[in-house]
Amino acid sequence: MTCWETINAYAFRAIGFGERQLPSTDFTLCQQFTLIGSGMIWNIYFGLISLLTGFFLATLLALGKGSENPVIRKPSEWFIFVFRGSPLFIQFFFGYFLFLSLKSQYSFFDPFTSAWLGAAVVLFLNTSAYSAEIFYGALQAIPRGDVDAADAYGLAGWKRFRRIIWPTSLRLAWPAYTNEAIFLFHSTTLVFFSGFPASQQMGDALYYASYFADKTFNPFIPYPILAMYFILMTLTIIGIFGIVNLRLNRHLPNDRRGRMKFRMQVIR
Amino acid sequence: MCADPDTLSSFWWMTCYLTTGKHLGLYWAFGTVLLLLAITAPAALMFGFGGAMAARSNFLPLQWFGKAYMSIVRGVPDIAFFLFFVIALDQAFEWTRHKVLCPDWDQPIRQGNDFVVCDAAKLPLSTAPQYIHEIYGFALAVLTFAIVFGAFAASVLYGGMRAVPRGQIETAEAYGMSHRQSFRRILVPQMWVYALPGLSNLWMVLIKATPLLFLLGVPDIVYWAKELGGTKTPQFTSFPHGDWRMWYFLFLLVFYLAFTKVSEVVLDRLMKRLTHGQATTGGEAQRRAQV
Repeated sequence: MTCWETINAYAFRAIGFGERQLPSTDFTLCQQFTLIGSGMIWNIYFGLISLLTGFFLATLLALGKGSENPVIRKPSEWFIFVFRGSPLFIQFFFGYFLFLSLKSQYSFFDPFTSAWLGAAVVLFLNTSAYSAEIFYGALQAIPRGDVDAADAYGLAGWKRFRRIIWPTSLRLAWPAYTNEAIFLFHSTTLVFFSGFPASQQMGDALYYASYFADKTFNPFIPYPILAMYFILMTLTIIGIFGIVNLRLNRHLPNDRRGRMKFRMQVIR
Repeated sequence: MCADPDTLSSFWWMTCYLTTGKHLGLYWAFGTVLLLLAITAPAALMFGFGGAMAARSNFLPLQWFGKAYMSIVRGVPDIAFFLFFVIALDQAFEWTRHKVLCPDWDQPIRQGNDFVVCDAAKLPLSTAPQYIHEIYGFALAVLTFAIVFGAFAASVLYGGMRAVPRGQIETAEAYGMSHRQSFRRILVPQMWVYALPGLSNLWMVLIKATPLLFLLGVPDIVYWAKELGGTKTPQFTSFPHGDWRMWYFLFLLVFYLAFTKVSEVVLDRLMKRLTHGQATTGGEAQRRAQV
């Protein structure tokens, strides 16, 4: 099989197109590159979907945590505490088995036991909690003067939030949120190692990398390939978030712009 | 008393159920997790210290090595490192032993999809008792954790060292201390307070990473929770039950929440004590509050 044929056969193997049978002997570099790259589809899918949906819940939770009403504040605090205080790995397991027992009661939960929905829900809740903590911190850090200025202009309520508070907090939170996005994408690799089954060997990048490592008993090829893909993805995220950061800061003079500094906040 | 579970009331049934031999395995596994933490935390700190020192070195290749070590975990998921190091370390050890112990072996070590070393070089030896295999597996896991978390710790400690005010070092030099002396007597004692927020964050992360032991093949709490929670039929056990895995994992979730909460409280206290009298914003705030 030439490399071009391999790419044709396996490029979309992770989502069920192309050759059904995974290569089982005489592994070539090309096969490893193609299949691990194909697995990245899942990582990108999980990362994107939970990041996009999580953003909204995170904003609500951050507002909730900052609220003066304990009926709103307490549940938000607990939600954030539960998801930030426990390992994502255990959350995946618990989520999977929870969906499994719900499924036996209500057929509505059927799709939740497969990774594409169930794991996405867990990741969505998890990233919401982490981002909410970031947004909450940013909301607390809004300069008093900005709010005063808004008041002076007669802005109040929703308008004040929409025009002043929200954009400012987003601008303050953005570097940390970029970091969160990077590690969210990294943690998508846990999905297929934590209960959620990979049906018909359709798994993510790490799933295929460990498949090759197990078969060839040589970890020195598949894992560096995986690392390369993830470094590329990290750079892409930094690039995209950097563009957004520029836009969020475009009204500020150069020296007052929020710098993108990357701190590690590492695994969950 | 637990001999005939059918006759027991539900309370006693539960008590008997929770003290079966396999459940003792689960409780034992909590010990494994704590042991892992107790060994890994200082080991990672040592690796981190080494890495940070290497990154500060004036010798260029060493500096590159330190910087590369610190940055490996930035772009790549850590779980990939876990899966990688467990095999790679094992093979590295066996390869080294093979070279030393069987110098006259003429076949290649990598034969297609196999990794072949002579019998004497196998780790652990195939004749070794079961517990040696378990200890070896655990030791590999500890080393893997220490390497990965050492990289995190290195970057925290490196930041801590850089945060110590330049004037402190200059004063040390003015007193005629050598580079080494000022490092040991001035820099290291002072860097902890700057590094502590990062290190306590790291400790939380380390706690939350312990379930990954499961991926490294050590029978840890995740393994037992899966094992014990699964549906049990009356044929194989006198304590049959349905699929209880959800409850077992809920228990683990609560365990980790409690663990991180307790750590948080303890670390906060420690931070308060360490900031006391330091020339930092935190120390200054404490001083003001006392006046």
